[in-house]
Amino acid sequence: MKKLIIALAASAALMGGFSTGAEAQEKKKVCFIYVGSKTDGGWTQAHDLGRQQLDKALGAKVETPFLENVPEGPDAERAIERMARSGCSLVFTTSFGFMDATVKVAAKFPDIKFEHATGFKAGPNLATYNSRFYEGRYIQGQIAAKMSKKGVAGYIASFPIPEVVMGINAFELGAKSINPNFKLKVVWANTWFDPGKEADAAKALIDQGVDILTQHTDTTAPMQVAAERGILAFGQASDMIAAGPKTQLTAIVDTWGAYYIKRTKALLDGTWKSEQIWDGLKDGILTMAPYTNMPDDVKAMAEETEAKIKSGELHPFTGPINKQDGTAWLAAGEKAQDGVLLGMNFYIEGVDDKLPK
Amino acid sequence: MFEAILLTVITASTPLVLAALGELVTERSGVLNLGVEGMMIIGAACAFVAAQLTGSPYIGILAGIFGGGVFSLLFGFLTLTLVANQVATGLALTILGLGLSGQIGEAFVGQPGIKLQPIVFPFLSDIPFFGRVLFRQDLIFYVSIALVVGINWFLFRSRTGLKLRAIGDSHASAHALGINVIRTRYLAVMFGGACAGLAGAQLSLVYTPQWVENMSAGRGWIALALVVFASWRPWRILAGGYLFGAVGIGQLHAQIVAQNLGIVIPSQFLSALPYAATIVVLIIISHNRRTTLINTPAALGKPFVPDR
Repeated sequence: MKKLIIALAASAALMGGFSTGAEAQEKKKVCFIYVGSKTDGGWTQAHDLGRQQLDKALGAKVETPFLENVPEGPDAERAIERMARSGCSLVFTTSFGFMDATVKVAAKFPDIKFEHATGFKAGPNLATYNSRFYEGRYIQGQIAAKMSKKGVAGYIASFPIPEVVMGINAFELGAKSINPNFKLKVVWANTWFDPGKEADAAKALIDQGVDILTQHTDTTAPMQVAAERGILAFGQASDMIAAGPKTQLTAIVDTWGAYYIKRTKALLDGTWKSEQIWDGLKDGILTMAPYTNMPDDVKAMAEETEAKIKSGELHPFTGPINKQDGTAWLAAGEKAQDGVLLGMNFYIEGVDDKLPK
Repeated sequence: MFEAILLTVITASTPLVLAALGELVTERSGVLNLGVEGMMIIGAACAFVAAQLTGSPYIGILAGIFGGGVFSLLFGFLTLTLVANQVATGLALTILGLGLSGQIGEAFVGQPGIKLQPIVFPFLSDIPFFGRVLFRQDLIFYVSIALVVGINWFLFRSRTGLKLRAIGDSHASAHALGINVIRTRYLAVMFGGACAGLAGAQLSLVYTPQWVENMSAGRGWIALALVVFASWRPWRILAGGYLFGAVGIGQLHAQIVAQNLGIVIPSQFLSALPYAATIVVLIIISHNRRTTLINTPAALGKPFVPDR
């Protein structure tokens, strides 16, 4: 229904454009496609906050329609195409699973600019943008190793895509830098958005003995379970402190707003180019939620690591690192190439899970 | 450990059982309402909002039941009074429910919810294992079990239940016998809506006490499948719902155990297990065509226009 309302609104806006004349038509449309609901408390909400900031900054010059709850898969292509046809000048598709659909639609509409979040396929009118979430995951891993009494953390994962695998590896690397024997249990929920299933996964991990949770799914349900069971947890994509005031250690907060404003300005100036952008903590595309529920020394350590990552002194994926099977991946001092990270399809040593193929 | 797993299974299975039971009664009256997902999410939104406003999860439960029931009236009016196509109307109800619930709950997103607390029976709750599993549950769980027993009695032991089944098998004959087909179907549809609403209330008050749009995440569809799976029998709905819940929770634990043991089991395979198990059981059940035919309401989905 939401989608229908938005589609109607979009077409009404188009018709309105004809009747009210040039003034309304001058506003360019910057459109957004969301995989979840804009108020999911996590991933999509973070994108929508970015959209709202864009609206506030450039609202006089652009409109920002959006479609939410667009499933990954064949439906995505239809939704993106409908957006493109409704007169968008720039379309942001904000989930990894929209990659191939975005590529297809972008090829059909060469005059429209597309930007796909977290993917790796670009084109002349298709840029990609991503955030170095793994920098935050590394900090989380270090905190987990300091705070866990049992030395085991639980990781609620969504789908075995490079983005998620990279996060798991970074977390384990961070934890191992503090406690070489730190263990990580991974549960694949095989969904981005299902509060019930995410809660079930959290309960399963806790019942199996982990005392710290981290998640790569979109809702606050795992945080809520952690709070109920009295263990500690990390938030994902948005600050989830409201769901666990005594539970959340920190959260990786996605702050896309500045990026959306920058790219929309480029569109308006005519300087928009297809790029593959991968910004990190230092660029402000992700920030760490306040370090809470931990002693001062752990907080100081986390802040120091964050500062080192920002200054470039520390790259989480710096050798020596072995792959899960013990074969060498990075030699001492060697830093991982971005290309390898973006296509990451293997675990590093210390992760117990076997990667689903 | 086993106890903890069982508790999780109960929480995961209860909404499926509730929504499927309601749909079973609706379908037994010959009406196919595919809007379970929509009624469930409306129930979840109403329950959460009412609980937040009043501070009482019990008022939340009532609001969930009421919301689902009233919402199903829309389906009843369209399909029973206006004789619209049931399949199309049911699908529309789901889409409308998902959108409308978003509006209802919009101001309540991100608020920490009020969890419905379990009822503690003196002495009984202290029995090891059984006490914790059976006598320290929330009201909605007890209602779900009572409904299984009650609906089974109603359908197969009571006169009204017999009439309801007669309508579901042949509305024309029932009508000729002087049974009010439309009124009974309205009541059956509303009962289905109320049960789906209660299932929704369980989601937003027990399972994950919060409101997020779309939080039913397809459970209404699973409930619909359960009705067929159970070949329109209440006890089989209980069994099927718990089987589905158990396989779903079991696969999460299996993932962790496999990691501890260093075994490789693809998680996608494990995630598909509940559905695969459903298909296998369906094949076994439908092996005997005769019993399947006996249980299937013969007039299911067919419109009825009384001659005047």
